[in-house]
Parts: sequence; structure tokens; C-alpha cells
Amino acid sequence: MPDLIEKKKTEAVAVSAPEKPEKARSLGSDAWQELRRNPVFLLSAALILLLIVITIAPGLFTSVDPRAGDLRNHYLSKPSYGHLFQDDWFGYDGQGRSIYARVIYGARASIIVGTCVTAAVTVFGGLLGMLAGYFGGWVDTLLSRITDIFFGIPLLLGALVVLNAFTARTVWSVVFALVALGWTQMARVMRGSVITVKQADYVTAARALGAGTPRILFKHILPNAVAPVIVVATIALGGYIATEATLSFLGIGLQDPTISWGIDINSAQNVIRTAPHVLFFPAGMLSLTVLAFIMLGDAVRDALDPKLR
Amino acid sequence: MGRFVARRLLQMIPVFLGTTALIFFMVHVLPGDPVAAMWGDKAADPAQLAAKRHQLGLDQPLLQQYVTYMGHLLTGDFGTTMGQRKVIDVISAAMPVTVRLTLMAFGVEVVFGVLIGLFAGLRRGKAFDKGTLVITLLLISIPVPVLGFLFQTVFADQLKLVTPTVQDSMNFGQLLLPAVVLGSLSLAYVARLTRTSIVENVRADYMRTAVAKGLPRRRVIGTHLLRNSMIPVITFLGTDLGALMGGAIVTESIFNVKGVGNAMYHAINQSDGATVSGFVAVLVLVFLAASLIVDLLYAVLDPRIRYA
Repeated sequence: MPDLIEKKKTEAVAVSAPEKPEKARSLGSDAWQELRRNPVFLLSAALILLLIVITIAPGLFTSVDPRAGDLRNHYLSKPSYGHLFQDDWFGYDGQGRSIYARVIYGARASIIVGTCVTAAVTVFGGLLGMLAGYFGGWVDTLLSRITDIFFGIPLLLGALVVLNAFTARTVWSVVFALVALGWTQMARVMRGSVITVKQADYVTAARALGAGTPRILFKHILPNAVAPVIVVATIALGGYIATEATLSFLGIGLQDPTISWGIDINSAQNVIRTAPHVLFFPAGMLSLTVLAFIMLGDAVRDALDPKLR
Repeated sequence: MGRFVARRLLQMIPVFLGTTALIFFMVHVLPGDPVAAMWGDKAADPAQLAAKRHQLGLDQPLLQQYVTYMGHLLTGDFGTTMGQRKVIDVISAAMPVTVRLTLMAFGVEVVFGVLIGLFAGLRRGKAFDKGTLVITLLLISIPVPVLGFLFQTVFADQLKLVTPTVQDSMNFGQLLLPAVVLGSLSLAYVARLTRTSIVENVRADYMRTAVAKGLPRRRVIGTHLLRNSMIPVITFLGTDLGALMGGAIVTESIFNVKGVGNAMYHAINQSDGATVSGFVAVLVLVFLAASLIVDLLYAVLDPRIRYA
């Protein structure tokens, strides 16, 4: 048991600085070693990299304007699968717009919403959770009750109410709505994690050495408590992308000048029986994107959780 | 035990007040004037507008409106919708449909999720386990609208097993497809949670003891393994019931089910504060009750957990 604790400590301490070479491999570098050999991780990382390139430079993949509709391009005409990367590759939608171009440009909204919401809820929820877990007492009671209040509202319904307050909805209003209601999960995970960590001997040692509260919180507790939060955040990212698409599908998320897979799925539902490809491509891209992030999260969890080794 | 329940019930009060207040304020700061909307495109007489506002109590400060609203709520009066229907009537028309849909989805999710997870966990690394992991991963990745259309196309349009949309919202057979769609995401989570938990527990000491005692396999798995593995699953299921009722909005819109999601969607669009607040109050109660039941189930499943 003592050497187990010893091992855990060296592992844990090094999470904050995985780049430093160490004799004993740290949890961070251990995880990286494992990830590098995991085909699931490599596949999902490659997919996500591709999506990020598409997000930054959609012009590299198509030269067609995704908003330009030409009604001579009829949605009932079948996609021309031979015309790789051309505007009629995936066919046209009800307004004669190139589905391929819309699928490419639609990535931006999803990726921005997914990453921004995840970053914001991790920082905001993580901070609140850390304070509640570390200080305990009335701070914990107050913060936990506030968390409970927000946790009691179903994400989709709450987001509907918040988004209704915006007359012109952009990507940022969707991000705001999801952050306002989504931070509770991170706060709960972080609080639980901090409560376990703060009893560790190295925290007492740090305090005995005269370290101040901020130093203990950010240098000693945070690096050791952050692993479960990272895992939950990675998996949640895919979920936020799916939620954005669902909100846009309901007509309460993004609005038309913005291109979103959710909006395209919504407009495709009227022609689903006559022209299923209009639905298939945005839906497929959306599912593939969510899949990539969830696979990444799965791989990261397996690598960070020593119990599964 | 009794004291624990009493304390939990007391703790629920501030959460209930907080959540309803939050939604109440969010709905009432929505732009758009529901009173002016009653006149349609006609320009309304300002005096009439003011009189109507006064009659509905909308001219009072927001906090006072909330206190009045909660006072009425305690006596079971949910107020009236902007269309002058009693909110309680709207709720009691929509609630049974969604409760039925949600319970069907919940049943599918619990029964199939736990069974699939159990068999996958017992056969770790075998074909069934790997298949389960891949299929649940796909189910988690496919967003609900997409899954809804997919199932609608395959099971209703191609195989003609069920009707594509629901005509009678209380018909079990017609609600089956929407229920499966609604429950499938959670089913995948339940299966994965059960599997992980089973894999962790199958090598536990008490399992070896149970086998060594010569207990039949049924009992080892049914009582010892499953019962000990259910805690994380129950935790998930407790929060999931509320999420299902909230998430039913998408399924209801795809399959034309006249339930809570449908009613709330229209209420939000009409800035109908009383209706939205009423539904949220009921949903939050369901959510709180579910989390209390979960806490009590912990003690049933694991006698080491005691509530003083």
C-alpha cells in the first residue's frame, strides 16, 4: 500500500508537467505512450484534425458559394458520386444549393460551438467546483445548491427558453445558452475530485511549508484533480455539438445566414421520402463529427484511468 | 432513514424555489409582448392594453409576480394561459402522453441496457462485447433527430412495421417507435455503464467467495454481481428520467406526439410565461423525486450505505 501511494503521488505530480523528462514515466507521458499506440485515438485524432482544417479554411475543399442557390439544380436529381470534390458531388438541396459546399461550411458552426462551450464550462464550472470542494462549509452548501438549481433544468428546455430571448441568434448566443445551463456537470465532477485530492498528504505538506491558498489550489490540487474533468469534457464536447444541431433542427438554434448541419437536417425533413440524400449528408457529417469526439474521449479516459490497465 | 428522507425533502424546497424562479424570470425577460400579441396585427388601444396587463397582473414588479404565482401554485392553481385556458388543463392533457412515452422509453432503456451490459461484461473481449461497444458508440454519436428519421425510414417506410407518425398519442403500439428512439441514447449509456461496472466487480473477492461457497451461477450473478454493480447505473437513471421528459421535445416533434415537449415548444414561442413555468415546475418535481428515490435505492442495493 505505501508504495502504491508513492506511485500515485509521482504520477499525479507529473500531470502538470508531462513535458519534463523523468526517470519514472508520469501519468501524463504514460497516457501519451498508450494513446500513440491506440488505433481508435489515431483515427479520431485524424478526423478531428481534418475537421479543424475544414473549419479554418473551408475554401480549400470547395470553391462553390454554399449560399448560392440555382433552382436549375434540382434536388430530385441524384448526387454524382463520380464528381469528387465538385459542387454536384452530394447533389443539391431544395433551393438548388450544393450540399457538398454546405456540408463543408457547416463544420465551422459545430466546431466553434463544441470547443467554445467545452472550454467555457470547464473553466467556469471547474472553478466553482474547485472552490466548493476546497473550502467546504457554507461556500460548498451555497455553491452546491446553486448547482442543483441549474442542474434541475433539462438542458434542451432551458436552452430553448434562453435562446428565445435572442432576436437574432448567432453562434455566440447558442454558446451562451449552452454554457449557462451546461456548467453544472463540470462543477460536480470537479468538486468530487477536489474533495478526494485535498485530503492528500502533499496538500498538508504544502500548507505546512507555508504555501498560500491560491498556490495550494492551482499548483497542488488542480493538477491532481483535473484528470476526471478532462475526460468528461472531451466526451461532453461531442454532446454539445449534437445539442447545437438539435436546437438548430428545432428552429430555435442557429438561423439561416449561418450554415449549420442542424438547419440543413431541418429543411431536409420535408423531402426525406423523395430525396433522402438531402438529409443523409449533413446528418452523416454531424454523426461522424460527434463520433470522432466521443471516440477521442473514450481513448483519453482509457489512457488516464489506471484501473482499466 | 426517516430523518434522512425528511432532511432531503427540506433540502428540495430551496432547489424547487430556485429552479422555478430561474425559469420564471427567464421567460418574463423574453422580448415580445404577449399582451400586445393578443390583438394580432391590429394596433391596440393603450388603455385596453393597460387594463389587460393589470387584469393578468403583468404590470406588477417581477418579484411580486413570482411570489403571487408561487402562492397560487401552492393551492394547486397554475394560472391561465395567454389563450385563457387553464394551465392545469393543458398540463393534464399533455402530461399523460409524455409520462407514457417516457416510461416506455425508460423501460426499454433499463431492461435492454442492463441485459446487454451484463452479457457484454461477462464476456469481456469476446465478439458480443466488442459488438456492444461499437453499436453503443454509434448510438451515442447519432444525434436524436437523425436517429428519429433513420428509424422512421427503416421501420415505418421500408419495413412497414409501424406507422411513421403517431395519430393517437395514447396508443401503445404507435408510441413504441418514438419510445425506442427516445430511449436509445440512454440505453447505450446504461449498457456501457453496466458493462464497465460488471467488468470491475466480476473479479472482486466477494464473487470468489460466492462461487467458492458453491452458490448456483444464477444467484452469484443475479444477487451478488448485479446488485453490487447497479450503483453507478442507478445514479445515471435517476438524472435521466428528467432528461428524458425534457428531451422528448425532439422525438415528439418528429413523430407528431401531442405531449409536454410539443406544448412547451408552443408556449415558449408565444412567450406564455404561466404555461412554461407550470410545466417546468412539474418537471422539476419529477426530477427531484427521482433523485430522492435514487438516494434511497443506494441503501437498498448496498447495505453498507446507511442514512442516519
